[in-house]
Amino acid sequence: MAFGQGRSGGGGGRGRDKDKKAGDKKDGQRRPMFRRRKVCKFCADKIDDINYKDVKLLGPFVPERGKVLPRRISGTCAMHQRKLQVAIKRARQIALIPYVTE
Amino acid sequence: MADRQYELVYILPPDTTEQQVAELHEQVGQVVTRMNGQIEKNENWGRRRLAYEIGHHKEGVYVLDVINGSGELMKELDRRLKVMDMVIRHMVVRVDEEKKVIDRTQTKRRTESERRRVKRGLPPQRQPGEGRSPMDSDNDDDDRFDGAEV
Repeated sequence: MAFGQGRSGGGGGRGRDKDKKAGDKKDGQRRPMFRRRKVCKFCADKIDDINYKDVKLLGPFVPERGKVLPRRISGTCAMHQRKLQVAIKRARQIALIPYVTE
Repeated sequence: MADRQYELVYILPPDTTEQQVAELHEQVGQVVTRMNGQIEKNENWGRRRLAYEIGHHKEGVYVLDVINGSGELMKELDRRLKVMDMVIRHMVVRVDEEKKVIDRTQTKRRTESERRRVKRGLPPQRQPGEGRSPMDSDNDDDDRFDGAEV
């Protein structure tokens, strides 16, 4: 919608501003920080099997403290985060991954 | 009823001898055959560091068995392993259904890519030297580690 309006509005520069989605918000509220778009590692690499035995695969998702890395940080999609969570819990049971680390 | 597939992982103390491992495997095998199951695969991962101490042990010998059998069999096996002093930790996981799902997604992905390739007038399989090989993404990780070492 906004895109089309911007084009038909004619006034070159202004039109492009509208395209940037921030058009309906006030400019001051726009987030100045640039964020890299996160991609689900498992979708990108086409890893179907998130196995509890594969410590190398799970490692990056279990930071220092031993907690599961949240989705908002790792960018994992919902389906894979769910599978990851099960795999990590299983790996913990057989002491491949710590529950906690002090 | 069709057999289900389970994975059994158990951990033995680090000072266990090869012979003891073999004995225990024998015991497991007996239970499995007695209850009409079969051991599909047996893997010994050898000594590994435990992520946390289990009963004062810091290391353990990991053994993995892939077993086809009924739920009753695994129940019995689970009960026996719980009683054994030699086994410091064990876990049974059912894997057949997950495997089925993985198979399905993989075949689906393959047929889908073949369909698209044929549509573009290419041979259905990826030719050698074409595009990025799937290993490239792995190498990215390895490179990072290499960099850290140097």
